[in-house]
Amino acid sequence: MNSLNFFNNLGYAWPETIITLFLAILVIYNLVYPQARRALGIISLLGIALALGFTIQQMWTQFPTDPSWLSGFTRMLIPDKIGIFFKVIILIATAYVVLFTEFSEELRGTFDRAGEYYALIFGMLLGMMFMISANNFILLYVSLELVSYSSYVLAGFMKTSERSSEASMKYIIYGGVASGIMLFGISLMFGMTGTFYYFDISRLLMMININSVLFLISGIMIFTGIGYKISSVPFHFWTPDVYEGAPTTITAYLSVASKAAGFAALIHLVRNCFVGAVATDGYWVMLSHFYWKELLVYLAILTMTVGNLTALWQDNLKRMLAYSSIAHAGYLLAAMSVLSNQGLIAMVVYFSVYLLMNLGAFFIVILIQNKTGSENIDDYNGLGTRMPFLGACLGIFLVSLTGLPPTAGFIGKLYLFLALVDAKMIILAIIALLNSVISLYYYIRVLRHMYLTKGNNESPITPSFGSVLIALSLAVPVLLFGIYFTPLIEWAKTVVLR
Amino acid sequence: MIPLPYYLLISAFMFIMGVIGVLTRKNAIIVFMSIELMLNAANLSFVAFSSFLGNIYGQLFVFFVMAVAAAEAAVGLAIIISIFRNKATVNLDEINLLKW
Repeated sequence: MNSLNFFNNLGYAWPETIITLFLAILVIYNLVYPQARRALGIISLLGIALALGFTIQQMWTQFPTDPSWLSGFTRMLIPDKIGIFFKVIILIATAYVVLFTEFSEELRGTFDRAGEYYALIFGMLLGMMFMISANNFILLYVSLELVSYSSYVLAGFMKTSERSSEASMKYIIYGGVASGIMLFGISLMFGMTGTFYYFDISRLLMMININSVLFLISGIMIFTGIGYKISSVPFHFWTPDVYEGAPTTITAYLSVASKAAGFAALIHLVRNCFVGAVATDGYWVMLSHFYWKELLVYLAILTMTVGNLTALWQDNLKRMLAYSSIAHAGYLLAAMSVLSNQGLIAMVVYFSVYLLMNLGAFFIVILIQNKTGSENIDDYNGLGTRMPFLGACLGIFLVSLTGLPPTAGFIGKLYLFLALVDAKMIILAIIALLNSVISLYYYIRVLRHMYLTKGNNESPITPSFGSVLIALSLAVPVLLFGIYFTPLIEWAKTVVLR
Repeated sequence: MIPLPYYLLISAFMFIMGVIGVLTRKNAIIVFMSIELMLNAANLSFVAFSSFLGNIYGQLFVFFVMAVAAAEAAVGLAIIISIFRNKATVNLDEINLLKW
């Protein structure tokens, strides 16, 4: 009767419990003290720190590797190490977004609703945590919708801004369709297998050979829901519009955290449903019922090419970063398509780096937007001399996003290419390399505007002490991991190889 | 008793009608109704499979989907109201500030 013991099961979900608790605290605190805005930020940071502590502590907890009926809320929730890694990424991203909110001028008009803002961020965080460790289609669907609904509201949080409401409108229509398609796919999958549990599906696939077209269709339909979260190409149309219209803090959050949750859900879906065994050289032996490899390779090629080529003619920096985030989803899909432990290590390394550089780039965009009130690239003219420190930081982040040494982005790309070459997927590696070269143009274009073009205004801008500290905390690791990357790689290996 | 394929055909038909509605209609509220139609098509096929397989989990999922769909309607209508306050229209063709 172990499975019915609630407190035994709670051991699998301490971080989620903490987040739920703090979500309630935030709502109640805001009811009692409606004016205290800064305290809400501090409570949020406290909750995130506690949840982070419990998540890291889970790293050393031994969870049963062979899932039996008795583990984790009757196997719905299985925290494995790769999931814990993605949870850490998401918690760090949330902490940074809460900090960014303090510096955001555009959110100033919404400060009377700050309680809702933080509560919604925590709702989204809770959904992402469950989405990562979901091993069941019911939990996957419900948590995906929890993430989606919180982010729809957050994207339209500046109610008086036309752009913000339009972004939210487009987001909910695309999201509703994607989740409807995913739900129909799940219903077909349920009809064929009779279960919602990943491990039961995998066990069933080992015993019998399902070779119907319907199985393929239902798999692709389920992928639609996840593909929309990671903004992979045929489902990416919402990304630029939402990223441009949403408050920049939320854009940064969507580009890192909800993408991480989507990739973690994809990894768990593929690894727990469709992988029979892991060979000694680290490659996964797939149960031959679904063309994951072909699907992921073609999607990766499409995603990175479309993302990079469309980013070339963007004049709005947020929109450009949106297309760049689509391109990065393409690189990550390429790492996923190797379907091996090496590919997974490359993904982990890439994501750790992507977290730092993307959050950093968005933070500098927020700071510049505070001063100039615009994200247009022409308003960046001459900013390099007006704000030397922040300009240099943005330079570091953009060079790192391109993937040039001596920054951490280079290490991420390097491991990606190594994994691809090791799997003899040379053509995909060459396409990814060409794409990196294309991306150089639009990243460096920003720096050209900042340093080589004269602006109308020459007065220097001095950043506040807090913003310098935050920018440094993101820029220093980007440079450090570019030079001294052994600990990052070692950590990625312990995460992936159990 | 009506055999399973009939239910599945109706469910597939409803789903396709929902997709067509989303793609062709211009009024935001009708688009949301079409999305609800897609969700309910999935619900119908869940219940049909559940009854056919004698497996209660399909019906269990339907309850979750109904709750989620109610939440979607609430959030969606709130967003429609917010956009109507800004632009005094819910025609999707006129909601076009953000493009390319």
